[in-house]
Amino acid sequence: MSDIAERVKKIVVEHLSVEEDKVTENASFIDDLGADSLDTVELVMAFEEEFGIEIPDDAAETIQTFGDAVKFIKEAQ
Amino acid sequence: MFDLVGKTALVTGASGGIGAAIARALHDAGATVALSGTREAPLEALAAELGERTHVLPCNLSDAEAVEALPKRAIEAMGSLDILVNNAGITRDNLFMRMSDEEWGQVLEVNLTSTMRLCRGSLRGMMKARWGRIVNISSVVGATGNPGQGNYAASKAGMVGMSKSLAYEVASRGITVNCVAPGFIETAMTEKLTDDQKGKILGQIPAGRMGTPEEIAAAVLYLASPEAAYVTGTTLHVNGGMAML
Repeated sequence: MSDIAERVKKIVVEHLSVEEDKVTENASFIDDLGADSLDTVELVMAFEEEFGIEIPDDAAETIQTFGDAVKFIKEAQ
Repeated sequence: MFDLVGKTALVTGASGGIGAAIARALHDAGATVALSGTREAPLEALAAELGERTHVLPCNLSDAEAVEALPKRAIEAMGSLDILVNNAGITRDNLFMRMSDEEWGQVLEVNLTSTMRLCRGSLRGMMKARWGRIVNISSVVGATGNPGQGNYAASKAGMVGMSKSLAYEVASRGITVNCVAPGFIETAMTEKLTDDQKGKILGQIPAGRMGTPEEIAAAVLYLASPEAAYVTGTTLHVNGGMAML
């Protein structure tokens, strides 16, 4: 797993208090990992900070799964 | 009780009577305060009076860009923004049938829309800190209505619905959002009333007098304090019994 994926996973695990093995490629933050809509806003804020990037609101809406987040961040960097 | 040492607060409309009293109360409780308002001279005078732990941040609340920038300026000046007090407000009174779109729009823009923008701009830091206090200064007329103040009453009632909605969203993050609704308070805004008008108003106030800015500030101080952590989405009416809501 790439360094970015590891860092994203760490944020997700910490923020949503979920087991690491639940955070799979297609795991949906809301449907599979128990996030509410405000959690997803906070996750995006945490990604922005960790990776020093800006994630606009319309892009943030497309980040539904762990895989989406890793893909977006890789492309943004 | 009500110790705000180490907390940072932004107060809009701090050039007015109620805003100045709020800033003074928060400052006296130990908070660092950013004083905002359109007129710089009274803000500077208040800052000089309060001394250390004050910052002057002039801002025209009808300028959307300036409003968006204000929370950022406050955070730059103070390092964080823990307490937001949306106190600034204007009136453009007119009979409903004569009210222009402009009179309506200006009041809604400054009283309600700028409050929304300042709340939005302040939330990020509060969410991360897992602590925040937003106190929006509404008005008794937002609950009761008042002839000639359709625009003002709408803006102040709008604030209550907005605050409750936001309170729902952020309660789990340690952020409370409440309103304080002053009745008739001795300020420049009520000084404009004629003696006849004042007499009629006093007849409707069981306490038999107008309130003081300090009595509003005390309510804000309570809602801004750590002790009020379990109070959210409420409106604290401070009106001498004029409307018992």
